[in-house]
Amino acid sequence: MTPVPTVLDERFRAAAAASGDLDVAYDVLDDTPVGPLLVGVSERGLCRVGFDPEPEAELERLAREFGPRVLRTPSALDRVRRELDEYFDGRRQAFDLELDLSATPEFHRRVLAELNRVEYGHTTTYGTLAKLVGAPRAARAVGTVMNRNPMPIVLPCHRVVGANGSLTGYGGGLDRKEWLLRLEGALL
Amino acid sequence: MVTGVPPFERFYETYKVEVFAFLRRRAGRDSADDLFQETFLRALRAYGRLEHGEHLRAWVLTIATNAVIDAGRRERPSAELNDDPAGEDERPAFEELAALTDDLPPKERAAVVLRYGYDLDYDTIGAALGSNEQAARQAASAGVRRLRKEKEQR
Repeated sequence: MTPVPTVLDERFRAAAAASGDLDVAYDVLDDTPVGPLLVGVSERGLCRVGFDPEPEAELERLAREFGPRVLRTPSALDRVRRELDEYFDGRRQAFDLELDLSATPEFHRRVLAELNRVEYGHTTTYGTLAKLVGAPRAARAVGTVMNRNPMPIVLPCHRVVGANGSLTGYGGGLDRKEWLLRLEGALL
Repeated sequence: MVTGVPPFERFYETYKVEVFAFLRRRAGRDSADDLFQETFLRALRAYGRLEHGEHLRAWVLTIATNAVIDAGRRERPSAELNDDPAGEDERPAFEELAALTDDLPPKERAAVVLRYGYDLDYDTIGAALGSNEQAARQAASAGVRRLRKEKEQR
């Protein structure tokens, strides 16, 4: 069968993004310094940054959390792409994106809100975040929240380290955590 | 078991080539381009209200058919819903209805098949047909009335 001409495919995707009928518009940024990134926005704002090498599984998750109308529409991600580019170039220290945490459980949201105050180039610890949300014994639970962070890099879970300063872990792998902290000058 | 509705991206990637070929056959090369976008925008509008992911192929071809009809290119009604030689998935309700409703006007036929063959609500059918809930409801009930009358006359 005749393939669908690229121009037609792109036109439909752009029209779909403009229609306001999408639950999530996403794109895969193929050439970032930390590898391919899947980024998604809902009507309310950024809702996903994923290192997941299997976009299929990520799409299923997005459909479950935000609704099934999930479509790759590069034009809807222009601003996210630009801000991330600037960050990777070292020209941006904070993101000006609206965030959609509507699919994130309450405790996670509280922790992520505190995480969001940790500034560029600084680090904090799991225990400190636990104290800040009023659950001083919940350092381990905070670790879980970091691990399930729906938008790493933008919500800077790479800035959270162990009490002894070790990098501990990272959903996207320790190499990426180290790279991000070096970019920000937090590691020498 | 209820099959979940797949992410729209997967649905679109699965059926876009077939829908495009279908539209080219039905409406010709020139119109197929516009109808392609119209078909998938209508599908997108209705997609969030689908309750299961079954029969999506027949569903999108029905939407495509109606987009063609709306564009003013009427085809033989009997070829509208079941001219797919490759159609191998089981859909008894749909196929039975397709045969039964063969003589209905295209809009009524589509509304009846989508309502009773696919169990879609009128809101979704309206969106799929490019009209609205009320029009879909009217088309389905007009179709059913016409079928009853035909049955009585037999």
